[in-house]
Amino acid sequence: MPETLIKIRGLKTYFPVKKSIFSKKLFVRAVDDVNMDIPTGSTFAVVGESGSGKTTLARTILRLIEPTSGEIEFEGKDILGLKGRDLLEVRRNMQIVFQDPYNSLHPRKLIKNIIGEGMKIHFKITDVEIRDRIAAVLKEVGLIDDHMYRYAHEFSGGQRQRIAFARAMVLKPKFIVLDEPTSALDVSVQAMVLKMMKEIKVQENLTYMFITHNLSLVDYIADRVAVMYVGEVVEMGDKNTIFKHPSHPYTDLLMASNPVPDPKFVREKRLLKGEIPSSINPPSGCRFHNRCPFADERCAKEAPALKEIGPDHHVRCHYPL
Amino acid sequence: MELKGKLLDVSNLKVSFYTYRGVVQALNGVDLWMDSGERLGVVGETGCGKSVTSLAVMRLIEQPGEIQEGKVIFNGTNLVELTEEKMNRVRGAEMSMIFQEPRSSLNPVMKVGYQIGESIAKSKKLKIKHTYPEVKEILRLVGLDPERVMNSYPHELSGGMSQRVMIGMGLASHPKLLIADEPTSALDVTIQAQILELLDELARKMGNAVMLITHDMGVVAEFCDKVLVMYAGNSVEYASTARLFEKPLHPYTGGLLQAVPRVGRTDELKAIKGTVPDLVNPPSGCRFHPRCPHSMDICKVERPPFVEIEPDHYVACYLFEGKSEVREDA
Amino acid sequence: MEKTVKVSKPFMDDLKHTVFLWRKSRLTMIGSAIILIFLLMAAFAPLIAPFDPVQQNLQNKLQAPSWQHLFGTDQFGRDIFSRVIIGSRIALWIIFLVSVISGSIGIIVGVTAGYFGGIVDEVLMRITDMFLAFPSLVLAMAFAAMLGPNLTNTIIAISVVTWTTYARLSRAEATKVKSQPYIEAIRAAGGGNLRIMFLHVLPMCISPVLVQLTLRMGTIILTAASLGFLGLGVQPPTPEWGAMVSDGRNYLIDQWWISTFPGIFIAFVVLGFNLLGDGIRDMLDPRLRR
Repeated sequence: MPETLIKIRGLKTYFPVKKSIFSKKLFVRAVDDVNMDIPTGSTFAVVGESGSGKTTLARTILRLIEPTSGEIEFEGKDILGLKGRDLLEVRRNMQIVFQDPYNSLHPRKLIKNIIGEGMKIHFKITDVEIRDRIAAVLKEVGLIDDHMYRYAHEFSGGQRQRIAFARAMVLKPKFIVLDEPTSALDVSVQAMVLKMMKEIKVQENLTYMFITHNLSLVDYIADRVAVMYVGEVVEMGDKNTIFKHPSHPYTDLLMASNPVPDPKFVREKRLLKGEIPSSINPPSGCRFHNRCPFADERCAKEAPALKEIGPDHHVRCHYPL
Repeated sequence: MELKGKLLDVSNLKVSFYTYRGVVQALNGVDLWMDSGERLGVVGETGCGKSVTSLAVMRLIEQPGEIQEGKVIFNGTNLVELTEEKMNRVRGAEMSMIFQEPRSSLNPVMKVGYQIGESIAKSKKLKIKHTYPEVKEILRLVGLDPERVMNSYPHELSGGMSQRVMIGMGLASHPKLLIADEPTSALDVTIQAQILELLDELARKMGNAVMLITHDMGVVAEFCDKVLVMYAGNSVEYASTARLFEKPLHPYTGGLLQAVPRVGRTDELKAIKGTVPDLVNPPSGCRFHPRCPHSMDICKVERPPFVEIEPDHYVACYLFEGKSEVREDA
Repeated sequence: MEKTVKVSKPFMDDLKHTVFLWRKSRLTMIGSAIILIFLLMAAFAPLIAPFDPVQQNLQNKLQAPSWQHLFGTDQFGRDIFSRVIIGSRIALWIIFLVSVISGSIGIIVGVTAGYFGGIVDEVLMRITDMFLAFPSLVLAMAFAAMLGPNLTNTIIAISVVTWTTYARLSRAEATKVKSQPYIEAIRAAGGGNLRIMFLHVLPMCISPVLVQLTLRMGTIILTAASLGFLGLGVQPPTPEWGAMVSDGRNYLIDQWWISTFPGIFIAFVVLGFNLLGDGIRDMLDPRLRR
């Protein structure tokens, strides 16, 4: 397998917004010119708040949403131009686990059919083989094969996420997008599900894209991070480097805002003021300039490019910290 | 137990819900107390009853639920015994509540200024128009631009701004207690920090107590003076925040803290085995016993009492039986 | 390894809860009782009816209700009681076929429109609007007149007029369902549009449509009766209730029983469906449902 599993260049996903037939065409610039390299075997975290574009980015990679422009390569081959049979083949290798455990499993279907659907679409295999494979994958996620004869609503949130994960794994993909997979779960259930995901990644040689807003989880599970703000990547690189030296003011304030479960920890009273700007009409120049404590005239006029400031550390800022 | 001088003293609160599946014993004898001006964090996972407790304190439990037993003594009066009319005067005036989804609490077809005015007008017996100067004051107090927000509709405000509006409405009457049920769970982390800062600043200014219900141990560590840990409808541990994190006594508290991820933590997260129990058929005795690594025979038989083990640190667990200091209650 | 929550099928749980709510409403139970009687009547009609409904017996014409002829006889000497009883079969047949036909057309149109959106949606919805633009009875009359008055055409005419409701309903449901994560998951697994539409989205629309069908059964009977009354529906000697009411028009003053008894039965059955329908709607209202 090549070293870079997924290469993204200049990716833009814009959604048209129609106010009325008379007004100008406006766009929500959900993903605005993103470049990213996801190494094979890594857990690549994408962090951001509302409007950052992280969720749209994930779905665009899977082609659940079609990009407006840009390139995405999977194992060196372009996937945006694919159709039909070829697209199906690629889909087999890229799967997703969603955030909402209560809406990501079909409420009227047996677990067997929810997990097995993918197999029916991709392979010509017998029912017995499907059943065996489902039993195997259920066991891997910590459930029992009997569970395939039940309905989604009979399971708790944590179990549903395991089932969703089993569904993602059943086709033996190389890449799984985990879109805030544990944010709807209790803390101790979250711990169980995350541990399971970590173990399976090693066993099955997977690559993860882990989307979250929770920096503590990023530290726990990821080895690379990209921080997104209003559709752009503002900082990206090796996780430890970024946690030790956050160089973009937004990353820094994001970390400062993260509540620490330790009453003795001395908190710096640094808050990020203001509201997250809209993606339809983002601020001029650097998108963060109107909330940045260090912004100057240049930041308001000139949009900074993503530059390398150290080994495996890129920042989009005129004055990185 | 009845402790003198407390702003809020909930003892042995039992609430059940009658559903087609059976009787859900949501609260099984909850004890909770707060002093004036204090910040209490109520933590627990799904089904622990923290939201139900807050609703019971506000007497907002509706059919098919009902308060079966227990006392809720607020400022000397037992709220459970009050008539609905008298309770209405307490709610909103002396005790208010804000919820997780601020936009669900606002009427989508009315302007925000009007709604805030409406909530003040009733208690002050004014026409809504005449409340507008005060409404503007409130908006300024919560860090919003009055001109901009007064004439907006709820959907035009962001999550953070709507929550500020709710906080403003909640504190407008200078209540003695503000109950906040997961006020920041639906907000982005940087906005969450702003809102918590706002709650802190206002509580200092106005002197109200805050009961913060949350599942986030980080928020508790930052904001609360005292913590009450709940599990499956019971109070299982109570201590000052510092003490709880330093020396959690109840096995559940310990398990919970070990499962919380933290930036810089190097050891593996540890999960508590098992799942939260079904409250229609809860486990006998101590409801945590099926998942507890230290469970003994007595745990299966009888629910442990919530007793003080060291000064201002209460636990409901037989591991500490006999070590409690018997306080001489007045 | 985790243990699951109590094992039970969703339908059993739902059913238990539904029965629990059903018992609480007296009116719904009355409605259900009426419909039950109606169904039994239709099922055992040939056994209950003492006389042949189409057999004329001119010597016995225009008899008042008596022990022999419970509802009297009409101008052809036919026993009205038997005619009413057999007529229930016709009413049931009409309800059943109209429901199946209009429900099917409605769901397919609605799901297609809701799932694809855009131009497909616009076109299908405008077609639906065209049908909705006319008052339903007038449209049904037009179709019945055009096709010719008989039982089959009555069914077709009424179906043509009722499918639009189900189309709108299914479209709304399909629009909601198509953006749910569990549908995205199938797309991620490689599922194509047809598969998703028919195997996943459509089943979710059946439930609300089924409820609407029940609520409209009363209307279906009334429309059929109206067509029958106007002579545009089922033709004599078939004992359709509406036609029977029409039959007795000229005899209302002296031989009131010819029109009245079928009329009462129409009223009762419609009432029954309305009560039952109201009850079902209340039971499924998520706010009232505990």
